[in-house]
Amino acid sequence: MIDFIMAPWPWWFSGIIIGLIVPLLYLLSGKGFGVSTSFQEVGALCARGTGPDYLKNFDWRAGLWTLVFAGGIILGGYLANSILSREPITFLPESFHSTGGMIKLLIGGFLVGFGTRYAGGCTSGHAINGIANLNLPSLIATIFFFVGGLAVTWGLGGLLF
Amino acid sequence: METTEKESKPGYLPIGAYIRILLVGAILGLVLAKSEAASWDRVHKMFRFEEAHMYLIIGLGIAVAMISMLILKKLHAVSIGGKPIAYKPKPYHKGVIIGGMIFGAGWAITGACPGPIYAQIGGGEWYALITLAGALLGMYSFALLKPRLPFRG
Repeated sequence: MIDFIMAPWPWWFSGIIIGLIVPLLYLLSGKGFGVSTSFQEVGALCARGTGPDYLKNFDWRAGLWTLVFAGGIILGGYLANSILSREPITFLPESFHSTGGMIKLLIGGFLVGFGTRYAGGCTSGHAINGIANLNLPSLIATIFFFVGGLAVTWGLGGLLF
Repeated sequence: METTEKESKPGYLPIGAYIRILLVGAILGLVLAKSEAASWDRVHKMFRFEEAHMYLIIGLGIAVAMISMLILKKLHAVSIGGKPIAYKPKPYHKGVIIGGMIFGAGWAITGACPGPIYAQIGGGEWYALITLAGALLGMYSFALLKPRLPFRG
């Protein structure tokens, strides 16, 4: 048991728990699983009724839960690496800890923020919650997540990685 | 529980709901980090078709979520606080395709979709703060450009 917990967790365990996040969040809070709305919440919280309509018209009070949820994910990441792992978890390869790597993270992060907000969701809101609720636009979004990711990996792979 | 629900200010959730959301988030962060779904290498190998790990996690996650939702609907389950559980469909527009591709590109470069960005930061991968800064810049750029971006059709 302890060995199972301290070692990297298998795909089936992870898949089951991630899938259960959807009903759990609905049952415990009435909210739909989604993470990228937290970016808009940060913007709306800073703007407080000013700035572009996208932020001005977003109810930051109603969206506050997305930041609490993000805070929970941060807490979970902390517990995973500080207490529940024998070997430290590698998140980013060593090559990213450099000026070039930081530029890649900034540009890539920009695409994540811009793209998820334009698409209206990310892997959680579209791919998992959306498809699980048989929402066709979410299936389309997920297909194009992979179109974009595969194009970059195979098209620019030699240049980037 | 019922009374706190009514007493909470408009827009905000009752404090208990925030605590429950924090706990669910912590479970998610724990799983993302421990199953290496927040590790660049795993995401890269997914896009390289070198291992099934990420496809299996996402696929099983969708299946479990789908079955759970069918059961919740069958049982007419309500959330704590008594509200019926209802999925709000995300609409189709051009951004689903264009934005979807843009996000996918960013996912491949950074090895992190939004959940894993937070999990990485929690795990002490401080360089992921740059990914988050980029994501917030991207979000703000989208907010500025939204009136001029294609949506219809």
